[in-house]
Amino acid sequence: MKILGIETSCDDTAAAVIDENGNVLSNVLSSQTQFYKDFGGIVPEIASRKHTELIGYVIQEALNIANIDITNINLVSVTYGPGLVGSLIVGVEGAKAISFAKSIPLIGVNHLEGHIYSLFINNKPLKIGSPPFPMLFLIVSGGHTELVWVKNHLQYKVIGETRDDAAGEALDKFARALGYDYPGGPIIQKLGKKGNPHFYKFPRLSIKSPYEFSFSGLKTAGVYYLQKHQDEVKTHLGDICASYEEALTDILVKRTLKAAKDFNVKAIGVVGGVSANKRLRGKFNKQSKIPVYFPEKGFSTDNAAMIAIAGLLHYKNGEQSNLLLDAVSTLSLPK
Amino acid sequence: MKKYITKNDEETKQVAGKIIEKYLDKKTIVIFLSGELGAGKTVFVKGLARKLGIQKEVESPTFIFVREYHSETPLYHFDLYRINNTDELDELGFFDYLEKNGIIAIEWAEKAEGLITPDLKVQIKKVGENKREIVLEEYTE
Repeated sequence: MKILGIETSCDDTAAAVIDENGNVLSNVLSSQTQFYKDFGGIVPEIASRKHTELIGYVIQEALNIANIDITNINLVSVTYGPGLVGSLIVGVEGAKAISFAKSIPLIGVNHLEGHIYSLFINNKPLKIGSPPFPMLFLIVSGGHTELVWVKNHLQYKVIGETRDDAAGEALDKFARALGYDYPGGPIIQKLGKKGNPHFYKFPRLSIKSPYEFSFSGLKTAGVYYLQKHQDEVKTHLGDICASYEEALTDILVKRTLKAAKDFNVKAIGVVGGVSANKRLRGKFNKQSKIPVYFPEKGFSTDNAAMIAIAGLLHYKNGEQSNLLLDAVSTLSLPK
Repeated sequence: MKKYITKNDEETKQVAGKIIEKYLDKKTIVIFLSGELGAGKTVFVKGLARKLGIQKEVESPTFIFVREYHSETPLYHFDLYRINNTDELDELGFFDYLEKNGIIAIEWAEKAEGLITPDLKVQIKKVGENKREIVLEEYTE
């Protein structure tokens, strides 16, 4: 059995092919260097959101790398939300067209459950057949920060989320205030790598409800610090970035560990773009008494392999979508 | 031009609700929101959402450009910061949103300079630790 995954919820146009065991045969992103080498003449700029122009090429590339024909695909799995509606529609309609033309079953997947299943790609670090459920997941990226209790495969309950900005956004905007481009996470990590994380104490969270997040206060404090301490920005940039990252990761780790303890889970999963952050990983590994799992390299950020895995599990569970599947920009996991 | 001074987030939300009140029978309301990082633009939008009876938490739209909130009068919250040129606005379907019924609150509207006209311009300035000055310019009525 071969599953084609399609993901177009934000910037990247992505397609992947996996087999019935969850092994990746191909995983293509429109932002990948290789893709740009192959299709260099066609794609004008990396950041552009030209999903409609890209999707055909990206799917074909995924099939080519997997060395199979579209007729050998047994299931099409596609992100139908949450995200930008105009972007989502391209993936959903593309998937429906393939499903209809080739009579292939179709499954619509929630982007957030896709991130949860990023821990099962190639059965690494977790095996589909023996997951350590119940688990607590922290989904943390530029657009999301939420805690999800996962009782069993495909059984989710959101126990907390951000009240304002996502953690990744607090990194993006701090980097923006320093004059760097989006995404900000990698640059702040690089600048702060050798810095002293205790140089300045940025505010931690004061909201009482224990599983909710808020990063607007930290963002504002960070931006005003930069404005008021321009001399220190020149001499202590590494220390300031390290301190900012320290505050942000403290908030994430503390609240996640508290929830993990209260919900008595067996393990923690940290997924989404910010889960690639080294300070965050180090802190979780050091402070958690139960195992903490992170996606393998390259699978923290949006990709279609995770969508294919989640689709495969829904299909095995006897579910299917039909051609009425529509993009839902505000889709969420059950509360 | 009108000016409001608010002492905290709650007052900013109340001002937002008060400002929007008389526009609610209008089909489409376009609001340009400006203010530096951390000024309280999202807080202002939270006030609009509350006025409309929207239960969902208002989160920043920067990452995905627009967040939609559904109610009798829907609310669309845009951040155009990451837009590089007007072609990208078209690709986003931005102009389709302007045809919709509801409130369209736009941050970084200067990226669409000359292409859309607002009903209201709201500028938020930080004048103290929690104190904000909200300057309102109205273009219709």
